[in-house]
Amino acid sequence: MGEKTNKKGSISYAKWGYIFIAPFFIIFAVFQLIPLASTIYYSFFEYYRSGLKVIGPSFVGLKNYMTLFATDLPKYFGNTLLLWIIGFIPQIAVSLLLAAWFTDLRLKLKGQTFFKTVIYMPNLIMASAFAMLFFALFSDNGPVNAVLVGMGILKQPFSFLNTVWGNRGLIGLMNFLMWFGNTTIMLMAAIMGVDPTLYEAAELDGCTPNQMFWKITIPLIRPILVYVMITSMIGGLQMFDVPQILTNGKGGPDRTSTTMIMYLNNHLFSKNYGMAGAVSVVLFLVCAVLCVIVYMSLTKEDDGRSKAERKALKGGKK
Amino acid sequence: MANTAKTKSEKATLAARRTGCYIALVLISFLCLFFFYVLIVNSTRTHFEIQKGFSLLPGKSLMTNLKNVLNDANIPVLTGVRNSLIVSACSAALSVYFSALTAYGIYAYNFRFKKAAFAIILLIMTMPTQVSALGFLQLITKMGLKNSFLPLIIPSIAAPAVFFFMKQYLDASLPMEIVEAARIDGAGEFYTFNKIVLPIMKPALAVQAIFAFVSSWNNYFIPALVLDSADKKTLPILIAQLRSADFLKFDMGKVYMMVAIAILPVIIVYLLLSKFIVRGVALGGVKG
Repeated sequence: MGEKTNKKGSISYAKWGYIFIAPFFIIFAVFQLIPLASTIYYSFFEYYRSGLKVIGPSFVGLKNYMTLFATDLPKYFGNTLLLWIIGFIPQIAVSLLLAAWFTDLRLKLKGQTFFKTVIYMPNLIMASAFAMLFFALFSDNGPVNAVLVGMGILKQPFSFLNTVWGNRGLIGLMNFLMWFGNTTIMLMAAIMGVDPTLYEAAELDGCTPNQMFWKITIPLIRPILVYVMITSMIGGLQMFDVPQILTNGKGGPDRTSTTMIMYLNNHLFSKNYGMAGAVSVVLFLVCAVLCVIVYMSLTKEDDGRSKAERKALKGGKK
Repeated sequence: MANTAKTKSEKATLAARRTGCYIALVLISFLCLFFFYVLIVNSTRTHFEIQKGFSLLPGKSLMTNLKNVLNDANIPVLTGVRNSLIVSACSAALSVYFSALTAYGIYAYNFRFKKAAFAIILLIMTMPTQVSALGFLQLITKMGLKNSFLPLIIPSIAAPAVFFFMKQYLDASLPMEIVEAARIDGAGEFYTFNKIVLPIMKPALAVQAIFAFVSSWNNYFIPALVLDSADKKTLPILIAQLRSADFLKFDMGKVYMMVAIAILPVIIVYLLLSKFIVRGVALGGVKG
């Protein structure tokens, strides 16, 4: 007590800062950093199981990486990227459109709360259960085929799950459904942060809604668009639950829907630690670049963004 | 005259645009809801009815399907629900409390590595945990924690995205004067955090607790690698097990019911708290 009433007010509370952030960093170091280090370490070793026998660990340098790049990696990396793009293009297009509509002051759409609630809902669904549902719905004798045949659109059931593009299309559709609501809401927050006088001035000058969208909204929310795209790409690289469950871990015909993480998962289950390590390191490096971009977009563009958020937060407390 | 004509035609185009928007919105909402509607309908129909064809009207076999799912010894659903609840509730609690603590530590105190600590957390915020899964598995095997819930719960103490949200919230809503006033009144630092700061952060804690709960409830990759005995499996693992079963012998009514059990609790909670959650998404900006 005595020192706290000290007039100089020079008591240092610094140690409390360290104490308060210590749990985070200790847990992070133990469960993320050390595992990451040992993952990198194992990527240089030959270490796998052949039957009951454990081969290795013996140091092989970059051999795992060479095998990886020469064989499976390009294909699975390509699959992952492709599946992400199939979902992302409709996602960003629809989200931008909806966000522009919802924030359009002249349109004054009613029932926004309802629509926002509905479009965000799929984001909270268990991805594996959602994939299971799609598997049941789109199977050869499932309801979707029954309806399509019944309406005369198809002559016979279309085997979605046994065709390359049927599978990829379903995965893209699921990713689109799960994420466009989330993106819409984020873009809306960004658009509402744009200075409304800009739109008023543009309207006086006779701008059409289309022009306002392309000439004012898009340029001003570009930082958020970059942020959305990069975080979505990182999410896309982690794609696992949906294709894994939909294709039962097999990746569809000829593994055309096998993603990077599914490939990693296979190695982890078969206990091929050397190769699993090499895949992880490649993923880590790609994600590290993307993380730096996210970091820069969060720190550089501090002003507009956090101001908008602060405003929203203050409103939210009422 | 000319003026009113112009506003009239303007009004007409606006009305036309509005109608177009509503049609598109209704179509998109239909797309979102249709699958869940079919799920609910089919979980009330028998395998035979489902195979016979598609129907928009629910059947009468809700309880039969439910009973069949609960009595299936191969897929211990009730245990799965319990396990999922334990893991998700514990990790949500830990991640929310410690993220708030970390955020407060960085917000309220000045220390030498404060900026560096903040920068590190932001940098790792979007790094997928999958990249270190191999080392993680080896570590917990060495610690003897394989097939235990602890490795799924404890790491949620370090949740950078939750931290970031909390930090934003503190920046916006905690004046340092409150903390200083508490100090003058002789409150200890932990007391101030637990009794004064946490209550102020309640809205942020609630939103993030929901998100943390849901993401743990839905998590499949790491639990599937960590848990291997039937009595420890969480719901997503059971779903995967269901998928790999032989479908020709399977009762589809049961499959739909099982998916409904995994999905519907989250949907119900969401519908009750949707306003709150949707607002949280707009503020968070760093989900997924």
